Amino acid sequence: MMAALSTLSGGLRRPLWPRRYLLAAVIVAWVLVWLFVRGQDTLQLGGAELTPLHARLNEGSEAIDNSRNDNPLFLYFINYIRLFLDESITFVQGLISQPSFGRPLPVIGWLGVVAIATAVAWLYGNRKVALLTLAGFVSFGLLGLWEESMDTLALVLAAVALSLLIGIPLGIWAGVNDRFNRLVTPVLDFMQTMPTFVYLAPLTLFFLIGPASATVATIIYAVPPAIRITAHGIREVQPETLEASTSLGSTPWQSLRKVQLPLAKRTIVVGINQTIMAALCMVTIAALIDAPGLGKSVLKALETLDVGTAFNAGLAIVVMAIVLDRLTSAAGRRVETAHRAGRAQKPGRRRIEVAAVLVVTAAAVYLSHVYVWAAEFAGDANVGPYVRRGADAASQWAQDNLFVYTSAFKNLITYSLLNPFEALLTGSPWWLIGIVVIAFAAILSNIRVVIMCAVSLGLLVGLGLWQDTMVTLASTLVATVLVMILGVAFGVWMGRSGRVDQVLRPVLDAGQTMPPFVYLVPILGLFGATRFTAIIAAVVYAAPVAIKLTADGIRGVSSAAVEAATAAGSSTWQVISKVQLPMARSAVTLATSQGLIYVLAMVVVGGLVGAGALGYDVVAGFSQLQLRGKGLAAGVAIVVLGIMLERITRTAARRADTVARGTR
Amino acid sequence: MTMTSPTKQVQPSVDAYVEDRAVLDVRGLWKVFGPRSDKVVGSPLEELSRAELKERTGCVAAIRDVSFTVRPQEVFVVMGLSGSGKSTLVRCLTRLIEPTAGEVLLDGEDIRKASDKHLRELRRRRFAMVFQHFGLLPHRRVLDNVSYGLEIGGAKKEARYERAREVIELVGLSGYEDSYPDQLSGGMQQRVGLARALAVDPEVLFFDEPFSALDPLIRRDMQNEVIRLHREVGKTMVFITHDLSEALKLGDRILIMRDGELVQVGAPDEVVGAPVDDYVREFVRDVPRSHVLTTRWIMRPPLPDEPLDGPELGPDIVVRDAVHTVLRATRPVKIVAGGELLGVVTSEEILAVIAESPGKPEEGK
Repeated sequence: MMAALSTLSGGLRRPLWPRRYLLAAVIVAWVLVWLFVRGQDTLQLGGAELTPLHARLNEGSEAIDNSRNDNPLFLYFINYIRLFLDESITFVQGLISQPSFGRPLPVIGWLGVVAIATAVAWLYGNRKVALLTLAGFVSFGLLGLWEESMDTLALVLAAVALSLLIGIPLGIWAGVNDRFNRLVTPVLDFMQTMPTFVYLAPLTLFFLIGPASATVATIIYAVPPAIRITAHGIREVQPETLEASTSLGSTPWQSLRKVQLPLAKRTIVVGINQTIMAALCMVTIAALIDAPGLGKSVLKALETLDVGTAFNAGLAIVVMAIVLDRLTSAAGRRVETAHRAGRAQKPGRRRIEVAAVLVVTAAAVYLSHVYVWAAEFAGDANVGPYVRRGADAASQWAQDNLFVYTSAFKNLITYSLLNPFEALLTGSPWWLIGIVVIAFAAILSNIRVVIMCAVSLGLLVGLGLWQDTMVTLASTLVATVLVMILGVAFGVWMGRSGRVDQVLRPVLDAGQTMPPFVYLVPILGLFGATRFTAIIAAVVYAAPVAIKLTADGIRGVSSAAVEAATAAGSSTWQVISKVQLPMARSAVTLATSQGLIYVLAMVVVGGLVGAGALGYDVVAGFSQLQLRGKGLAAGVAIVVLGIMLERITRTAARRADTVARGTR
Repeated sequence: MTMTSPTKQVQPSVDAYVEDRAVLDVRGLWKVFGPRSDKVVGSPLEELSRAELKERTGCVAAIRDVSFTVRPQEVFVVMGLSGSGKSTLVRCLTRLIEPTAGEVLLDGEDIRKASDKHLRELRRRRFAMVFQHFGLLPHRRVLDNVSYGLEIGGAKKEARYERAREVIELVGLSGYEDSYPDQLSGGMQQRVGLARALAVDPEVLFFDEPFSALDPLIRRDMQNEVIRLHREVGKTMVFITHDLSEALKLGDRILIMRDGELVQVGAPDEVVGAPVDDYVREFVRDVPRSHVLTTRWIMRPPLPDEPLDGPELGPDIVVRDAVHTVLRATRPVKIVAGGELLGVVTSEEILAVIAESPGKPEEGK
């Protein structure tokens, strides 16, 4: 092994093919050694058992709990933030969802909210989107989830407002200042690769369970796209345009205000769209730390395996996601054509239109403030129970009738892939795994990554959850394999056919904007609560990004090369296997790396629906006080695992990139 | 056609002793890109070749010790191949790129020493620039693009629109005030760029390859436009190009750059008639010499028995324009300046220049 390592460090310039054999050799050696030392040093830990570290983490959490009312950091800083956040959310809730200000109902009733949302969609988007918004908002009431939907919306609005307040200025700064950009980029990378569930628990230590923590978590999740995309928009401005402005004597502030911001406006609106979608996603997940709203309905239903109720609430989330996405996308397109369209249409007519919309909206708001029928969504217009019953019936039917197929599929994956793999990983002594990981890192990337892997492995052993980590790693890798099978198959198909791309891309886009809770429901309906359900949920979550990246890679292959291969008489299969896939290798590797991160992000969600291991540890940490320390440790373990895998695959991708360029 | 001929009043033999006032005086200008680039100039490193410097320090010297002067109302062309540093040079003159060493004197004042505020003042009032890819603001109308410089200088709306309309008229874009840049053709977009630069009524106009993104016919139009504007508004112009024919057509004087270094400065006929080295010679090889050289360059001393009663011509007549007179004359044509006989030209000399077809090595002479 050591000899192999030393030859590798010098072997960077050699062609790629020997690495394949080296990897195979490592795996064979691993299995052989495993046969002899199976079951030794596997560092098992019972479900309720704690290591001294976990106990100490528990004590630490308690200490933080206890110092909440006397530690100056809490008294003068964190508590104020918490109060401010709680108050802001209570205020928005008071406006649209909760009884408040001494009234038995919110300030604005359903009619007012529907009118405002539709008016916003009309004035900032177009009539089509206004209609969609109207239908979407009314459907919240029809599903019997008006209050929950408004709670979710209130949280989203508050979190988005704060995220943009933080994100856009920072994004502008990162756009104009190279040094700040370099500083902030790795931080954003880290924030975005960190699985969302992991920081929920530590946050509750500081901001308590409830809306404040949920808002902070949402901001952490939603701010990176705001910063990144704003900065990107500013940087996208043609350098010559900026130079022209400078050459005429603009101050940096003038250039920013008159050139960079107007030109980046459209991109910034895209950033706002991404921020809203991220916020919606996180707000539903934050139900785990008692954030009010639709997420909570889904979560409660999942806990009791009530597919119908979960589906009903999930549907509302999907509708909200679609409405918010379409609304902001339309607003973005409008920004682009604003000046022309605005001028083409007579300003007088536009003014009348705006006035009319505003008057109708104001009337609706007034009505909803004063009359009960416009404030409270009529109870007898509730179709929620039918949806619930329908979903239950469908799920029951699927379980009864598709059972043969689903269980066959499940068994195939479980026995052929998951079980052997899990046995290999959990049965190997920790030091054997360590050697194998380091050997992989050495073969696939460079010495820095090897060192980082060694440190990560040390941390994982130290965290005392080695067994759980291995179980999670097994499902993660199996899910990634499935993701990549889908990714390559659909990616190649999409990359080769424009029509397929046109059909599939919107579906994938929609899949990516859906909050992950929503998938769980139908999958749960099909497969029941098992670790396999968790794997499928992760695959559904991660596949779109892998497919898209692969498709883009295939599309990026020069058409001249494909033409040349075809002209030389290659069959379709030969073109794919000998030209397109090899030339798109770096894209495929990137897709693997991203797919892995996305799968890992779903580990905790998996914990909710039957996957054990780290995901369960985190979930249990939320609910049981004595397992809090263990949950924290499990969260850290997920992050460490993620960073380690991401580094290995990312450097491998970069290497594939340089190799591809070198041979071109 | 003769109106667009490059030969102007500046005479090569005269400018050696007439030290005209310099609008722009560039002395020992350096620009080095790379890590610790400020350590290169003034150290032994500055003697290294481009490749050696890159190897030793990782720095790239884009401009190496360039000095020249630009006179009032002159069209001064900087030409070189891509990568020769000409675009960097023009940006150093306005400090869009900060020079590493040297002086850039505008009317005797070193703009390198100007504070940010003063530099902005200079940019707002004293010089303006036209860019290769126009650099227009796509979200503003032509009128607002043209008045942009006045706007940031704090001019009132009516005042700046009035001035902008004047300039739009001057560049021939009347009627397009309310259009957006992407509704205009490339040539018209560059007219907007030109108008924007002219709007602030600068003393010096910088052009960074303004026409290389345009197709040939439009390019010729725009070149003539610049010549016309130069005649009408009489600005000092520093013009960057990689196109030799453009340089010869527009330039009163031409500076040829290679690898960041100055190779030759001179009037078009000097560059074509007396290239300083093989690099320049290779450059000007394809130029139709009869369109650039003047009678001064082809005259010869009269032979002892030659009759000297033929017609007279000045020494700065382009050969092409002298053809008729010389070929019709039955006697050698005298080249006379200030009543003094400089030499004679006969059909033999004329034909030698014309017959020297581009691309072939010089024959006979």
